[in-house]
Amino acid sequence: MKVTLKNLTKIFPSRNKKQPQDVIAVNDFTFEIEDGTLIGLLGPSGCGKSTTLNLLSGLQKPTSGRIFFGDDDVTDLPAENRGVGLVFQNYALYPHLTVRQNITFPLENRKGKDKLTREQMDEMALETAKLVQIDELMDRKPNELSGGQQQRVAIARALVKQPRILLLDEPLSNLDARLRLQTREEIRRIQRSTGITTIFVTHDQEEAMSISDLIVVMKDGVVHQIGKPQEVYDDPVDEFVAKFLGTPPINAFDGEIKDGKLYIGDEAVLDVDGLGNEKVNVAVRPEGFIVTENGKFTCDLERVEVMGRDISIVSNHPLSQNDNIRSIVGSENIKGLTGEKVRFDLKPSKVHVFRKETGERLY
Amino acid sequence: MKNNNFKGWLYLLPAILFLGAFMVYPLIDVLIYSFEEGFNFASQSHEGVGIFNYSYLLRDPYFLKALKNTFILVAVTVPLSTVLSVMISAALSSIKKLRELFQTIYFLPYVTNTLAVGLVFMILFKQTPYSDGLANLVLGLFGMSPVDFIGGPYWAKMLVLCVYTIWIVMPFKVLILTGALASVNETYYNAAKVDGTSKWRIFTKITLPMISPTLFYLVITGFIGAFKAYSDAVALFGVDLNAAEMNTIVGYIYDMLYGNSGGYPSYASAAAIILFCIVLTITCINLLVSKKHVHY
Repeated sequence: MKVTLKNLTKIFPSRNKKQPQDVIAVNDFTFEIEDGTLIGLLGPSGCGKSTTLNLLSGLQKPTSGRIFFGDDDVTDLPAENRGVGLVFQNYALYPHLTVRQNITFPLENRKGKDKLTREQMDEMALETAKLVQIDELMDRKPNELSGGQQQRVAIARALVKQPRILLLDEPLSNLDARLRLQTREEIRRIQRSTGITTIFVTHDQEEAMSISDLIVVMKDGVVHQIGKPQEVYDDPVDEFVAKFLGTPPINAFDGEIKDGKLYIGDEAVLDVDGLGNEKVNVAVRPEGFIVTENGKFTCDLERVEVMGRDISIVSNHPLSQNDNIRSIVGSENIKGLTGEKVRFDLKPSKVHVFRKETGERLY
Repeated sequence: MKNNNFKGWLYLLPAILFLGAFMVYPLIDVLIYSFEEGFNFASQSHEGVGIFNYSYLLRDPYFLKALKNTFILVAVTVPLSTVLSVMISAALSSIKKLRELFQTIYFLPYVTNTLAVGLVFMILFKQTPYSDGLANLVLGLFGMSPVDFIGGPYWAKMLVLCVYTIWIVMPFKVLILTGALASVNETYYNAAKVDGTSKWRIFTKITLPMISPTLFYLVITGFIGAFKAYSDAVALFGVDLNAAEMNTIVGYIYDMLYGNSGGYPSYASAAAIILFCIVLTITCINLLVSKKHVHY
């Protein structure tokens, strides 16, 4: 099911008399989600991503703008008539019901000609349970399940009614690190095998990058960039997106453009033709550094960390905006890293230049 | 380990001493009295040992009346007050405006003195040579003939007692239930809503199971409280409850100890033991039922 948002806006009126400004949780969203894709809504907390999800599910009403599922305008439909499956952050499994009863719960709500027999319901529940691989746990209560299993039950409950779209609110935030890796593959697999349009919300960029077909990066209720994860990473539209994506985070510096060259301090580190002279913010991805003896960019070496296949060089620079500079290099490059200084060349494609005040990208 | 045990007992000692002296010892004493025929406080003497006290009670029409009254009171007020409380607190939880005001109003009976409220009820229901009372006024609107609720037929008096009891026990239940309802996590309701669950089904399949522990607590304490009813009857019908046919088991015990017919601690003890056994049985049944139906 294609999902279209048109000028979607949600304003929460201020309840505090001292601060009369309203909170704009979602500000003029317009985008289209193709049928069968997995979309990650990504942003720091308070950016309006959960509100967007609630608007899609119908639990909240938008202040203005329209929502379409396919060609149907569902903006005024209440949650129960939209046919969405919603997986809550805390799963919201009914604690007094067994897994089977939890999964059949949405089916039992059907009335009239859609009413199902007990056998049909059990069959559908079992089918869905098999899909998420919990068919052996059907008679357990939620508190007898691990976090990952509960998550699967929640997904099964959302899928069993064959929703038009599936919404996941921070699906992995309650799981431990190892389970998180496993479950996100699982979500991807389930989404592929059902082909259902899926929208999930996360503040964890790694999570979003790893499984989404498309990510929507937002902040303060405004969409900053929509694109394939790798494109957004390689080609951020502004400083916020560049800084928000990537672990370790991007290295930021105070720089200046003079005569077509990018300066950090006294060193001209890169040619940037066609840009006017101004003070700028420079951001360099950790993998954008090449260690060479005659490198154009000199930093104070702090330490070298060897972590499995990667080597990260931790260094510092007076103009760095981060606590230190973290660069990830191949193991062949570290010979001769002994002195107090380390010299780098920068890969042009991994360097981004932003205007100081607006964060607008220049290079 | 042994040392730890000793310490544990030491910490428990004050509580054990107090409970032992003022709860366990009297209980055992009452049990003993109940088997001692014609026990006399002053001389601390008795005439014989046996089940005479019990067989006397079961033949005493006043006791049988009190037993019947108590059972009717329990059977009517506990279910009714619980159901009404659930309905009122569910309604309270679903409104936003004036919620605090209504909560306060519903809580007022709880902080009002039983005897004062009894007086008001008496005025509402009593028939005097000058007026038929407010209740009869309302009945008259429906074309019914006036009934003397306080001094009239048995069913009318029982009705007033039940209404009064329900009214007086409800505020506490409403208070506890509104708290329980408020503590049910909102996401369960959202999840049910997204799945298209009807309001009635949300209430019966989610809300009720979620508050079932609280509900169960209220039912148990409700049963116990209703079995121990006494002051409500006094507030409405005065101290001579036997004459008014409105005595309860606890009222009977009081009469046997201190009332006009008083001075029979043996009978009082036997009645107390019977009450104890009844409450114990009912509570055990409650516990067994709850194991099946209360979640968590």
